[in-house]
Amino acid sequence: MYHVVKKRLLATGIALLEVNAPAVAAKVEPGQFVIVRLDELSERIPLTVMDFDREKGTITIVVQDVGYSSAIITRMNEGDEFQDFVGPLGVASEVENYGTVVCIGGGLGIAPVHPIARALKEAGNHVISVLGSRSADLLILEDEMRAASSEVVIATNDGSKGVKGFVTDGLAEVLAQGHQVKAIWAIGPMIMMKAVVDYTRSLGIKTIVSMNPIMVDGTGMCGACRISVGNETKFACVDGPEFDGHLVDFDLAMKRLAFYKDEENQAKARLECDCGKEGGHH
Amino acid sequence: MTEKVESTKKVKIPRHEMPCQEPEVRARNFEEVALGYSEETAIEEAKRCLQCKNPKCIAGCPVSVLIPDFIKKIAEGDFQEAGNVLKIKNSLPAVCGRVCPQENQCESKCILGIKGESVAIGRLERFAADYGMKAGKSEFEKPEPSGKRVAIIGAGPAGLACAGDLAKAGHAVTVFEALHVAGGVLMYGIPQFRLPKEIVQTEIDNLKEMGVEILTNQVVGKITSVDELLENGYDAAFIGTGAGLPYFMDIPGENLNGVYSANEFLTRTNLMKGYKFPDYATPVKVGKNVAVLGAGNVAMDSARTALRLGAENVYIIYRRSRDEMPARKEELEHAEEEGIQFRLLTNPVAIEGDERGWVKSLTCLRYELGEPDASGRRSPIAIKGSEFEIPMDTVVVAIGQGPNPLVTTSTPGLELNKRGNIVADPETLMTSKPGVFAGGDIVTGAATVILAMGAGKKAAAGIDNYLKGK
Ligand SMILES: Cc1cc2nc3c(=O)[nH]c(=O)nc-3n(C[C@H](O)[C@H](O)[C@H](O)COP(=O)(O)OP(=O)(O)OC[C@H]3O[C@@H](n4cnc5c(N)ncnc54)[C@H](O)[C@@H]3O)c2cc1C
Ligand SMILES: Cc1cc2nc3c(=O)[nH]c(=O)nc-3n(C[C@H](O)[C@H](O)[C@H](O)COP(=O)(O)OP(=O)(O)OC[C@H]3O[C@@H](n4cnc5c(N)ncnc54)[C@H](O)[C@@H]3O)c2cc1C
Ligand code: FES
Repeated sequence: MYHVVKKRLLATGIALLEVNAPAVAAKVEPGQFVIVRLDELSERIPLTVMDFDREKGTITIVVQDVGYSSAIITRMNEGDEFQDFVGPLGVASEVENYGTVVCIGGGLGIAPVHPIARALKEAGNHVISVLGSRSADLLILEDEMRAASSEVVIATNDGSKGVKGFVTDGLAEVLAQGHQVKAIWAIGPMIMMKAVVDYTRSLGIKTIVSMNPIMVDGTGMCGACRISVGNETKFACVDGPEFDGHLVDFDLAMKRLAFYKDEENQAKARLECDCGKEGGHH
Repeated sequence: MTEKVESTKKVKIPRHEMPCQEPEVRARNFEEVALGYSEETAIEEAKRCLQCKNPKCIAGCPVSVLIPDFIKKIAEGDFQEAGNVLKIKNSLPAVCGRVCPQENQCESKCILGIKGESVAIGRLERFAADYGMKAGKSEFEKPEPSGKRVAIIGAGPAGLACAGDLAKAGHAVTVFEALHVAGGVLMYGIPQFRLPKEIVQTEIDNLKEMGVEILTNQVVGKITSVDELLENGYDAAFIGTGAGLPYFMDIPGENLNGVYSANEFLTRTNLMKGYKFPDYATPVKVGKNVAVLGAGNVAMDSARTALRLGAENVYIIYRRSRDEMPARKEELEHAEEEGIQFRLLTNPVAIEGDERGWVKSLTCLRYELGEPDASGRRSPIAIKGSEFEIPMDTVVVAIGQGPNPLVTTSTPGLELNKRGNIVADPETLMTSKPGVFAGGDIVTGAATVILAMGAGKKAAAGIDNYLKGK
């Protein structure tokens, strides 16, 4: 039922998959995520919704090969099926007309920020998107982001495109132009989100981040996804994934991502050793 | 022979032991611990039953299983019929025979138990139910369709029992389950070594055979809502979403790596089959020293699971004394035999971590029993200055679960009590919302399988009545 209707490679190790999931597509809102399970042996993997088409009944996800499960998913082809596809999960973004807003997407984070930027623009905001990547060839979804935003600023670490530096440098440039920025969405690696909130805290600009801790059920049943926000424990899957970035304890969140380092390496080694075999993963 | 003489004789026959895997062996595998009675033992045990004219055991059973009747059938060697008698009142006898706290229910009322040992009702229930299961499904006659549709939310024992009875009454039933498998706690919580998942799956397959539609991956409150279900063609709904929200202790260090809620620890192990990592891709991690906080069934399951995953020392840390431990007696005994270490009258006050954010040790405080309180229980009092530290790698918090708010907060007009549980009419189990019924842990708070199952059946009767009047 949940088969891949379209696949596109966006960069090395990054795949876009459009998946047939009509009931999820009917309900999903920007900022929400799904959990997928490929087959009986697989983990439950949370992935943010990059796009949705209510008429066609599809959900688009973007997956980066960072380990065992994500590697298998990025290798899926059109027609391949997920055994399980649960969603929409989490609380939707608070979309309203704020005035001028900035949507920051770093690396893979451009995918989840995409539907948020689009919805904010549709709600009447002047949306300035700041996209960051290590280099020009790793920058994903530029066309989609241009369509979803009013203006786009690009920052690459090596300067191969746009501003040379990090997304914070891109943001600095936007602010230097004198925009009255009312709210910022910043989605990307934890370290990037932390850098952005450290920068915007003193400026007093509301900054929303999307947290991606390790999850299991995604319904508030296990507590694996707990993070600390304003010194209170929250379950990212049901209370988030979006939170006020100025209140998030990023150091704790980053440490928690390393919970299964040993096991991840073990699984990854296994993937590499049976790569040649048919199917790859069993 | 008069009843009296017979009882004096029977009381002398000891209750038949349950054959089990040896503790040293089973503590390192996930196979079922209790192996079940043989046919001969079952008959012998069944013959101990006095067949009381006024059976007290039935009154001790939350769903009034016809206990003497099914035991009589076992004594006569008619095992198939024994299973059929069980099924009249109990939709999940193979499950209840394994997990019910019989010592507080039916067996506590058995007349033989006054002077000697009660009949092993639970073990006999398991025997008859397993026999019935092996012998194959009993014929199910499709009832006349009523033309009514009922939505069931949550596929735990409450939802499944409700679905079964409604299907028997001819209603079209759809179960919406959030996880990728049905079964609720029976699948994700209670471990394989205590309740093999194949047994739960057989019960679920039987329901499907009866025409019950089970949709997994459906988080009600997100993909649809109770109101939408009622608007879209369902004539009534039953909420059986359980007590799935894990509580933490609110002590320093609970977010360190190495700290699990029991729900996460057990879900990774049972539902995701983490004990077969890396064949199954979901990892679960235990260190050398594991502390389990709490002393109920959930805590015992966590402790025994930790042992099977390779821990060297597993401690149950509990603030009260042995007599207050809420776990089933059999679980406590099994845990003890397997080498779980009990640190009673001890309460954790903080979890200490290293610089990388991993659990390093547990700081505890010793307690002593004070004067009896209003309830007559001697409550524990902390001993000042008694702090001590135990080196620890893994901590599992098993101090209880509350109601998950996903359904209740997305259903306007549903009356809740102050703990967030749904309020339902005690007779019909209808909620404050007409046509919406609820039962199981979501109503009572975390309780037992048999109570949840009983509530599901009661609600099915309530729904049937409601639909007849519609
Ligand atoms: C709400 C949410 C939304 C997400 N959206 C996306 C998305 O749109 N696209 C995408 O590619 N990934 C997304 N992720 C991350 C994705 O779930 C993980 O990359 C994936 O689970 C890693 O599994 P693995 O077996 O491939 O890697 P593993 O071998 O398990 O881990 C490899 C590396 O990834 C890190 N990692 C493990 N789990 C997570 C995690 N849950 N989040 C972030 N890093 C993790 C580990 O710390 C490790 O360094 C999201 C995560 C969450 C919680
Ligand atoms: C580890 C453990 C050990 C236990 N041991 C025993 C024992 O030995 N003996 C005993 O009698 N009892 C035991 N219990 C208690 C017993 O399991 C529960 O009382 C019983 O399962 C409650 O049944 P239920 O149907 O109300 O809820 P659950 O079994 O919790 O089932 C609820 C179901 O609803 C689903 N759900 C929740 N929210 C949604 C939603 N929004 N949409 C769709 N579906 C949803 C859940 O995923 C779940 O499948 C134990 C419990 C645990 C956790
Ligand atoms: S993932 Fe289990 S509670 Fe959030």
